[in-house]
Formats: sequence, structure tokens, C-alpha cells
Amino acid sequence: MNVIRELEQSWMGGKEFPEFGPGDTVKVHLKIIEGNKERVQVFQGVVIGIQGESSRRTFTVRKVSQGGYGVERIIPFYTPAISKIEVVRYGRVRRAKLYYLRDRIGKSARIKEKRRRNV
Amino acid sequence: MIQGLIGRKLGMTQVYDDNGSVVPVTVVEAGPCLVTQVKTPENDGYAAVQVGLVEKKAPRKLSKAEKGHLKDMAPMRHLREFKIDGGEAPKVGDQIMVNNFEEGAKISISGTSQGKGFQGVIKRHGFGGGRMTHGSHFKRAPGSIGQCATPSRVFPGKKMPGQMGSRKVTTKNLEVVRVIEDKNLLLVKGSVPGSKGGIVVIRKN
Repeated sequence: MNVIRELEQSWMGGKEFPEFGPGDTVKVHLKIIEGNKERVQVFQGVVIGIQGESSRRTFTVRKVSQGGYGVERIIPFYTPAISKIEVVRYGRVRRAKLYYLRDRIGKSARIKEKRRRNV
Repeated sequence: MIQGLIGRKLGMTQVYDDNGSVVPVTVVEAGPCLVTQVKTPENDGYAAVQVGLVEKKAPRKLSKAEKGHLKDMAPMRHLREFKIDGGEAPKVGDQIMVNNFEEGAKISISGTSQGKGFQGVIKRHGFGGGRMTHGSHFKRAPGSIGQCATPSRVFPGKKMPGQMGSRKVTTKNLEVVRVIEDKNLLLVKGSVPGSKGGIVVIRKN
């Protein structure tokens, strides 16, 4: 087990993310390889949960796309596909997993903005 | 080149490929192994090498026969035979490391599967069983195991309850995802038979 833990630790280096958590709105810049072309796709949405630990850690981003369809993507923190993560808005929420947002649309799916001291 | 290696399964984790997608891998600590015997067509009728796994925790007791066989090599508990193909002829005492394998190569891994104990026919052979409710008297039983007067016996090999698991299982065509030479580790795509810490035999395809 220790060998695996060490390996996972070694794969975690060299990446820096802004601090964000459930309820925050993020913009994730993802590198997408099509054939031999590479382009960057931006996925913006609310973080509704963080799962896993060490190099296996992932976060779930939910956005409501045009037409009102909810789209969720589970993104690993340490995947080389992420080129950048930006935090658009900090939200004030009271739980770690915001799965209740899936059952809500429109006004009730809003999240209050968190007041933060300057970081 | 020697066609295989003995190792120990350490557990599973995941890595990312170039596209950034997750690849599930099993971590296998393979080798270092020592060649303990070289078999030649003249002497033994076929060409092969016998290889032993050098463990960090060496066995304290070996039988006199084993000691005599290993001579003054490190004490080894696990010996296996592998085929050889061309290349330099191996000698007794040669060391084989994980660099015997390259990334992207296809391999087969054998191990002793996890023991499940004495199991019924539903878990062991995937029988359907009867219904659980509505006054059922036929829940997990196998049902009929054959006919009456002819043949008036049960055919050999009939699927019945019994010991499940804890037998030799080989998974073929596994892909080597990464070779970590300084730690003697092999990352193999997918799962590998056996429990964590179990001895596995890795063969080239």
C-alpha cells in the first residue's frame, strides 16, 4: 500500500490550482485532441462535489446548457488535459455535495455569493 | 531474452494517458529475479530457464535440497520456469529486472485467485435459482442434476456446489502502461488475478 501511496504522491506534483470548493462557479480550460489538432474547450459551471483523494481526486462541475439540459462533467484534478482553472464566483453553501441542485431549475437553483475577505 | 518474471501484486490505482483520460492500473512489483538453472535441449530435451524471485524478506529456512540447488545464491522461495527466445544465452546467476519488459507490450499474468470458500451453484456457476417470495420452496438449489433410469448416473463435470476461487487464473493480453525501473514496478492496465501481496507470474505474449 505504501508503495502505491508514494507513487500517487509523486504524480501529484507540478500542478497548482486556485482554491475552490462546492458551490463555487469555475471555468475549466480543457485541452482536447482531435486527430492531430489540439484545441482548448472551456467548461463553466458550479462545482457540486469533490471526490477521492491524492492523485485520484476528482470534482464534478454542473452547468445548465442552452435548452435547460443539465450537463455534468467529472474532472480529475491531476489530468494533463486541464490547462487552467479559473474561479468565477464563490458561492455560500452549507453542504459538501450539492446534488439537490439536480432537482431544481431556475430561481431555486441559485447559490448565494460568499463574501470573502481579500485573499 | 527470458520470456517472463516473477512478481508480487501490490494493488490498484489509476494513471492518466496523453489525452488526459483515466487508465486503471495494477501495480506489480516484479523481480529482481536470478537465473537458478539453465535447461538445454542436449541435457533436458528443451530450452528454458528457471528463475527465482529475490525477496526483501528472504526465507530463513530452506530444505537441504533447495540449498543445494541454489548453491551460494540468495535464498529464494519462489522458482518458476520460462521459455527463452534467441539473444544472449542466459547463465546461472544472471539477474533479470523489470526492464525486461517495455511500455506498451502485451503480457499475460497468472496468479492464485482470491478464495471464496465453499460456494453454492448461484455464485459459483451463475445459475438462476428460484424465486425468493410467494411461498417458494426452491430458492438457491441447483434443481435437477440429471435424468432417471437412463443414464441413472450424474454426468462427470456437472456444475455443482464446491470450492470457489483460490486456483490458478491467467489473464491474457494485458498491456504494460509504465515501467518504473528504480522501484522494480510494472504498471499493468486493468486487473490482475489474486489478492494484494500475492505472487504472480508475468509472461510475454
